[in-house]
Order: sequence, then structure tokens, then C-alpha cells
Amino acid sequence: MTATPGATPTIVLVGHGMVGQRFLEALAERGLTATHRVVVLCEEPRPAYDRVQLTSYFSGRTPEDLSMTDLEFIEKHSIELHIGDPAETVDREARRVTARSGLVVDYDVLVLATGSYPFVPPVPNKDAEGCFVYRTIEDLLAIEEYAKTATTGTVVGGGLLGLEAAGALKGLGLTSHIVEFAPRLMPVQVDEGGGAALLRTIEEMGLSVHTGVGTQEIVVGEDGAVTGMKLSDGSELATDMVVFSAGVRPRDQLARDCGLAVGERGGISVDEQCRTVTDPHVFAIGECALAADGRVYGLVAPGYEQAATAAATIAADETDQLTFTGADLSTKLKLLGVDVASFGDAHGATEDCLDVVYSDSRAGLYKKLVIGRDGTLLGGILVGDAEAYGTLRALTGSVPPIAPESLVLPAGAGAPAQLGPSALPDDAIICSCHNVSKGTIRGAVTDHRCTTVPEVKKCTKAGTGCGSCVKVLGQLVTAELEASGVEVDKGLCGCFAQTREELYEIVLALRINTYQDLLDRYGRDGARGGDGCEICKPTVGSIIASLAPTIGASGYVLDGEQAALQDSNDHFLANLQKNGSYSVVPRIPGGEVTPEGLIVIGEIARDFGLYTKITGGQRIDMFGARVEQLPLIWARLVDAGFESGHAYGKALRTVKSCVGQTWCRYGVQDSVRMAIELELRYRGLRSPHKLKSAVSGCQRECAEAQSKDFGVIATANGWNLYVGGNGGATPRHADLLAQDLTDAELIRLIDRFLMFYIRTADRLERTSVWLERLPGGLDHVRDVVVEDSLGICEELESLMAAHVSNYRDEWAETINDPEKLARFVSFVNAPDTPDPVVGFVPERDQIKPDLPLLTIGHRPLEGSAQR
Amino acid sequence: MTLAPETTDLKVQLQLADGWFTVCDLNQLLPGRGVAALLPDGRQVALFRDRAGTLYAIDNRDPFSGAAVMSRGLTGTHQGRPFVASPLLKQRIDLESGQCLDDEAVRVATYEIRTA
Ligand code: SRM
Ligand SMILES: Cc1cc2nc3c(=O)[nH]c(=O)nc-3n(C[C@H](O)[C@H](O)[C@H](O)COP(=O)(O)OP(=O)(O)OC[C@H]3O[C@@H](n4cnc5c(N)ncnc54)[C@H](O)[C@@H]3O)c2cc1C
Ligand code: SF4
Ligand code: FES
Repeated sequence: MTATPGATPTIVLVGHGMVGQRFLEALAERGLTATHRVVVLCEEPRPAYDRVQLTSYFSGRTPEDLSMTDLEFIEKHSIELHIGDPAETVDREARRVTARSGLVVDYDVLVLATGSYPFVPPVPNKDAEGCFVYRTIEDLLAIEEYAKTATTGTVVGGGLLGLEAAGALKGLGLTSHIVEFAPRLMPVQVDEGGGAALLRTIEEMGLSVHTGVGTQEIVVGEDGAVTGMKLSDGSELATDMVVFSAGVRPRDQLARDCGLAVGERGGISVDEQCRTVTDPHVFAIGECALAADGRVYGLVAPGYEQAATAAATIAADETDQLTFTGADLSTKLKLLGVDVASFGDAHGATEDCLDVVYSDSRAGLYKKLVIGRDGTLLGGILVGDAEAYGTLRALTGSVPPIAPESLVLPAGAGAPAQLGPSALPDDAIICSCHNVSKGTIRGAVTDHRCTTVPEVKKCTKAGTGCGSCVKVLGQLVTAELEASGVEVDKGLCGCFAQTREELYEIVLALRINTYQDLLDRYGRDGARGGDGCEICKPTVGSIIASLAPTIGASGYVLDGEQAALQDSNDHFLANLQKNGSYSVVPRIPGGEVTPEGLIVIGEIARDFGLYTKITGGQRIDMFGARVEQLPLIWARLVDAGFESGHAYGKALRTVKSCVGQTWCRYGVQDSVRMAIELELRYRGLRSPHKLKSAVSGCQRECAEAQSKDFGVIATANGWNLYVGGNGGATPRHADLLAQDLTDAELIRLIDRFLMFYIRTADRLERTSVWLERLPGGLDHVRDVVVEDSLGICEELESLMAAHVSNYRDEWAETINDPEKLARFVSFVNAPDTPDPVVGFVPERDQIKPDLPLLTIGHRPLEGSAQR
Repeated sequence: MTLAPETTDLKVQLQLADGWFTVCDLNQLLPGRGVAALLPDGRQVALFRDRAGTLYAIDNRDPFSGAAVMSRGLTGTHQGRPFVASPLLKQRIDLESGQCLDDEAVRVATYEIRTA
């Protein structure tokens, strides 16, 4: 029988294992199953199943439970799946595959996913009755059957799979031995110390371990069945059955036979697209492939990446070109009772790296972390207690937010650090089997509204591989649900599914300078083209204002569309009071004001009949101005050299100052000069929440700098910079960011700090809350703004430089713009008539709002009238 | 936003008991923001114009505080319906029905509005 390809091109997949199945899914996701005929040749008597979970068969999972193949999926995508029919020959010239059944298929693209075969050392009698390998469901069924008549079993190989197999034999009621040629168990994953701890635990489980010895011969009885084995040290071990688990080899015979290049030690040579180096029509993925980095990967996660890469390449997707250049080899042993994990650079191969080791052989505990010179966590080994595996693996490649030793100390020793998954950055890979990041998992809860771990597993595939990440997965899902209560959506508001930080990145990266553009392109489906809402308009308005010079928007917040975005106070450049009148706060940098300045303020307040008060921020507030009086008041203030104090904006408020060295006998630096410099530098800077600062002239701290978003305290050598302080409802003392800075260093650090905050904080999130929320907290901020670990400091500085050089006073701009001034009227149709409900009564020689006036003629609950 | 010249001399009118009352020029209404108007009987109205050009008018008094400030609130759309949020304590009022979206018991007067 010959299946001739019609007009539709044909993809033939040889091997329906884990990676083959994933490849089919990737084809379907890219729509290739609709445009191509897809034929699958599957050697095993059942479609793809979860080989990683193979051993769970012995704890009660049926072959059906292990199946990874949804027959509905196969049917829906018209995939021709030939079970129990392996490919026998490939004719690359004719582009034709012949299967054992005689089926002949002509292909346009051939994908080999033939996996591995277990390596069996060439010892005499290796094929005797009672000898097994551990790879397929059929292998397990045979082992199970044979074990019924056996009492002792031996596993050859003390690696990951060998230990699993030994555990399985033990579970079947056999006295079990492990024979390992290397001097320790799991030689690939753990070092000597880890091997010792592991040995103890394994022996405690009742398994006999023989390390440093090789198998020389399988001894058989008269009936030809196994009775024992001879070891390289001359000893003999009695056993009724032998399971070889001495490693795997790529199944590349089919490829060799048709002339495809293979590596010296096997594996079909492919390039970064997973295309064979020999034939552009043939791909190889999974354990049979020798990747472009010269390695054959015996784990499922890299295979999945290869599957995705091959599918993307076949789809010739220009926008989403994937490559496979290598992968991480983290593993965690799933065997019941033994906790073993290794991740990253477990053996400390990186130059100059250092170890942090905790070892307690009595308790069978061994934990090692490999730390780079700069504190980066490079890898590690955990034996006996792999609790922290998920978190540590995800932190690999970054500087952990707490001291590494506190991560490996056992509970009870000192203060054990509980580093929850909340400490992880969003791009941390939680599930390495499926390459699922923390961000994706959070997205499943927030965007896809998953509320349980099973739902998240289904949605993201996380946790459906080796299962070692399920614990962290659960913690993350819970944390995410808890954090958001019933409202699980992390989006800014009903109009945007993105967070403020994400919107900032979009605006900056794409130079989007109008709200409507952002809404129409990035808003939620129902919100596009609409009017937005009271949450996102000011937030986006603030982002645009912070980035104005860089993205080509006007720096004036009342310009064009920006006017419609501003919160009511920003729109009127003053603070609305309870009766509809306004307060006016001129900027008084550093709290320093001349007598003339004080007199002007006094005169203005007197002339307009305003209530005056010294604020908690070292300046003067004038209350009770009517909306139509605002421009008149500003005109006089601007004329006297004052400008807006931004008391209304989510922007810099004040930089408080003590009197400092100039007058104070204790002062060691000129705090007033520095406060003025800082206030003038950052004035008008729009940010996620208001910003406050202070400068004290010595440690006595009369300016209360440690309660500010950024506070500066003078030292004999320069300045100490504190960040993340807060007064308000939840006071917080600021943390010391850097010490003994020069003027220039101080300003550069503050520039970076503020811009990093503006970039990453949530809407209405003060620096204190932000600092505590940010994974890694202060240390992370220090890394970013002091060490420039993200390499963004130059950009942060230039964004600030642009802000500083483009600053213009909003009051002055407004009073010079007749069109804008037209808005400062009580009534559009009666600009000269004052609002009749704004009135004042005397109190302590000044005025206060006439509140009863507000209730006159006010019938709040009347029905809809005048329709 | 710039308006096409032919729309600039359009007048905004409110329906009162005794007929249409002209308030202002259409171009005095900035999309997304409001203005206040004084009616002959002393009542105050907040007038809004949305992005699509649709006009709305509701009572200018904030039903919660009594201050005449609704015209200074931020507007938006909630589930496809236009609203304004009070600039004082942020309660949202549906611009078409006058119904408060955050307190079922509260509703403000609405006015029929047109351009002519
Ligand atoms: C005027 C002033 C009180 C005074 O008469 O002294 C004041 C008045 C207001 N404060 Fe304040 N705060 C004033 C100093 C403070 C201080 C003290 C300070 O800055 O040293 C604090 C605590 C320090 C801090 O912020 O960490 C303070 C913590 C708050 C908070 C709580 C912030 C927090 O993080 O918890 C709010 C609410 C908010 O911003 O969300 C707030 C909000 C407000 C608002 C804007 C509330 C509002 O929306 O109407 C008030 C408007 C004033 C107006 O209409 O002009 N005000 N407020 C002070 C103005 C200082 C200035 O010159 O700009
Ligand atoms: C017990 C056990 C535990 C494991 N635990 C883990 C773990 O914890 N973490 C981890 O990452 N990995 C683990 N692995 C490894 C993991 O299972 C493999 O990396 C993964 O299965 C590789 O997928 P694959 O599709 O490349 O190969 P396979 O899953 O082996 O699939 C290849 C398929 O191709 C078929 N085939 C071969 N030749 C032909 C032919 N000519 N025609 C048709 N079909 C053919 C084979 O029969 C097989 O079904 C474990 C493996 C075992 C055996
Ligand atoms: S902080 Fe030091 S320098 Fe400043 S006023 Fe207080 S005592 Fe003087
Ligand atoms: S890490 Fe293996 S399933 Fe997630």
C-alpha cells in the first residue's frame, strides 16, 4: 500500500514518545495540522505516555493514567497515528519512509523522535532470562510479572533511573541491591559529600549499595535463568533478577542507515533549528538528537524545547523564530523517601565560584550551594531535604535576596530562612520540564482565572512533567489568589489587563505618547475605542508625563489630550477642598523663604481672603480659593518668583531641610543647599505616588530624612542616602542605600533610584511598599541602581536628565495660555458668577468653609428629572 | 483635538421645562472632561462630551457632599456605559441614567442635551 501525497504537504513523525507528542501539539498550535497531512509511526503498542512518571505505575497508576495522548486531539487534527508500526527504512532521495507493516509514506518533512534505548553493558549472559531494562510500560509489566517468583533483585547502575528502579524492586517486595561502577551514587548529579549522605539514606531504606565495582558476568542456572552476578572485585552476588540501568544511548540506527550524520558517541546531528545537518528535509528532536551544542539531552524539558523549535522552523514563522542552543540539567529524584536534587552548576565548574556546604551525615543531610563571586547562585545539590529545590532552582542565575547560608541551614539552626516563591522574579522558571515561568503561572491565575492547581496545570502544563515543581506551584497559586482575594485580575483596571509597570514598558519601548493610542492598541477587548476610566487615565497620564521628553509628548500636563487624563486636582493645578474651593501651595524649596516672599504670600492671602497654614512639609498652604480666582492668585505668585509646589500631583512634594552646617553648631554639611538642589532637580517629576524627601545636616536628623521616600543625612565625608521611608498610615523607617557619597554620586544614585521606582512601581504604591514588594527588596534595588546589575542605569540617568532639562512651571504656562485659562471659570455660561454654594464663615480670625451652605437646595436622592 | 471648522459654531442646548436652553459652544467641551453651567433657576448642570462626541448632562452637585463639583470629575466607560467619578470621594455616576454605580440608593438628575 502506498500513501501518495496529494496537494497537501506531508509531515512524517517517527516515534510517538513524550517529545513526539509535544511536537504534534506544537504543530496543532501553529495550525500546521490544518495545512499538512501528518503521519505518525509509533513503535510501542500504545500511544505516547508519561515516561517520566513510569515508576508511579508501581504505586498504583495504570498505563491509562500515564497516557499523554488525547485521542480526541489526534482525531480533531486528522493525525494519522499508526500504533505498533515502527519505521524500518528511510529513502531520503525519494523522501519515503517504509514501516514494518509495509506502509509507505512519502514525506516533505521527516521528524525523527525515536528517543533512546537503555544501554546494557556487554557482559556474558546479559540477555538471560531474568534480565530486564527499565524504559517502557512493557518493561515494567515484565519486571512485575517476573518479580512474583523472585526474592532478590539487583539494579546495575546507581544513577537517577537506577535508584528509581531499585526503589521499584524494593516496592515489589524484593531484597534489593544496587551495583554502581562509580565511587558514589548518582555520580552525574551529586558530588562526594552528597553521595555519602545519599548512601546513608538509601541504606536506611533497606537497599544494599555496592559502589566502585563493575558487573563482570551474569551467572545463570541450568534453566538459563539468572541466579547471580560476578563483580569486578571478585565477589559474587546472588540475585534472581537483574535490571540494567546503566545509562541510555540515542536511538539513531534508522538515521545511520539512511546516511544522516551522527555524533561520535551517537545522536543525530542537528543545528539550532533541530534540522539535521545532513538533510534539510529531516529533523531530529528529543533524546535521539545531538543538539547544536554537542550534547544529547536525556531529560524531557530540553526535548520539549526542541519540539517547539522544530515546529516553529517548519512553520517558517518569521516573527517567532525559536532556536535550541542548550538547556539546564536540573533534576530532582522522585523516589519516595529520598530527597535528592541537583540544579545548575552543581559541581562548581564555574571559575572562581565558592561553595556553601551544610552537611550532617548522621541525619543523611547534605546541602551545597555554588555561589559566584558576585553572589549569584550558580547551582547546588540537596540530599536528604530538598524542600528548597523549587525556590533555589528558580533563583539560579540571580543573587538570592537573603544570605545563601540561611537557605541551606536546617530548620532550627539559627533562623531558618523561609524564602517563599513570592521572592522569585517573574521570569524565574518554576517548571523546568515545561519551561513555565513564574509570570506565566501568575498569569494563569490572573488572566485565565484559574483558581486551583489542577486548573493551572491544565492551563500552563506546569507540574505535568516530573512533578517536582508542584509544591512551589501550589504556593504560588495560593499566594496569588490570597493576594487578590476574589478579584484575581492583576490588570490595572477594567480597561487594561496589564500592570502599571507593563504599561510603562510599553509606552517607553514603543514611544506611545497618547492615551487613546495605548487604549486602542493595548486595552482589553471591550475597552478599546472607549473612554477609559478614572483609574487608568491618570495612571497613563502620569506615565506619559514622566517620560514626556523621551517619548515625544508635551511636558505640560494640560496639553491636548493630556488635560483630559489628569486627576481633578492636577487638572486644576490645585487641591480641591470639601466645599468645592481650592488650596494653593507654592513651592518653597528646602523650606527656605525670604521675608519678601513671605510678605507676598501674606499679601495674596489677605487680598483674596484665604486661610493660611504652615504645612507639615515646611511650606505655606492657602485655602479657600474659588476656581476662577486660581489664575489670578498664580499670576501674582509667579510674578514674585514662586512656582507650583505640586501639592496636587503624584509628584515630588517637598525636600525638607534642617538649617544645617551654616548655622547649626553640629552640622557637618550644608543641608539647605543640598535640599534646594534636590527639590529643584526633581520638581514636577510625575511618579506612581507622591515623593517626599529631606536632608539633615547631621545624624541628629532634625529633618526626619529617614521617614522620606529618599532621605539624605550628612556625614563628615559626604552624604548617606536612605530610601523607602514613609510617614502616613503605615510609617516605615528608610533603609540605608549607600554611604559617604559625594554630591555628584548622591544625585546620580537618586536619579537612578527614582527612575527605577517610576518604572516598576504599581499605581499609588509609595516607595516603602514598593521596596517591600519587590523581589529581593533593598538588595535588589542596590544591585540595580548601585551595581547596575541590569545594565539600565545609563538609560535611567538619561530619562532623568531629559526630565530635568525639560521642566517648566505649570502655573506659568497656564496663565500664559488664554485657551487653558478659559477652563478656570465657575460656569461655562456665566463665568463671572461665583458658585453660590462656595461660602465661608469666620473662625480664629480667618475663614473656614460654610458647610451648611452645601445642603441648601441640595436634594441628593431625587429621582431622575427633566427627561 | 482640533474640531472640523463646520462643527465649531454648533451650540450645546439643554431641554428645560420651557424648551431648549443654549449653554455654550460645542468647542468649549473638551472630550473626556466636563464643564459646569448655571440654569436660570439657580440649578447647576455638569455637561460632558465623550470621545465619540456624545454629550451628557447631569446635576453638578455631588450627591454625597453637596459641593457643586461633578463637572470636574474624571469620566470613563464601565461595561460600555459612560460615567463620571466624583472628584471628592470618587463615587461613579452613570451619565445616561444618573444612577450612582457605587450606591444603588443614589441617583442624580439628568438632562436631555443636544447640539443645534
Ligand atoms: C497640607 C498638609 C497638611 C498640613 O496642613 O500640614 C497635607 C494635606 C493633605 N495630605 Fe498629607 N499633608 C501634608 C503633609 C503630610 C505629611 C507630613 C510630611 O510630609 O512631612 C504626611 C506624612 C508623611 C508621608 O507622606 O509619608 C502626609 C501624609 C499623607 C497621606 C498618607 C500617605 C501614606 O503614604 O500613607 C495622604 C494620602 C495619600 O497621599 O494617599 C495625604 C494626603 C493629603 C491630601 C492631599 C489629601 C487630599 O487629597 O485632599 C491633603 C491635601 C492638602 C491640600 O488640600 O492642600 N497626606 N501628609 C501637608 C502638606 C505638606 C506640603 O507642604 O506639601
Ligand atoms: C524511568 C524513567 C524516569 C525518568 N525520569 C525523568 C525525569 O524525572 N525528568 C526528566 O526530564 N526525564 C526523565 N526521564 C527521561 C525522559 O523520559 C526522556 O527524556 C523522554 O521520554 C524523551 O522523550 P523522547 O520522545 O525523546 O523519547 P521517548 O519518550 O523514549 O520516545 C521515543 C519513542 O520512539 C519510539 N521509536 C524508536 N524508534 C522508532 C522507530 N523506528 N519507529 C517508530 N517509533 C520508534 C520508541 O519506541 C519510543 O516510544 C526518565 C526516563 C525513564 C525511563
Ligand atoms: S540635623 Fe544636625 S545640623 Fe541639622 S539642625 Fe539638627 S542638629 Fe543641626
Ligand atoms: S519541573 Fe518537572 S513538572 Fe515541573
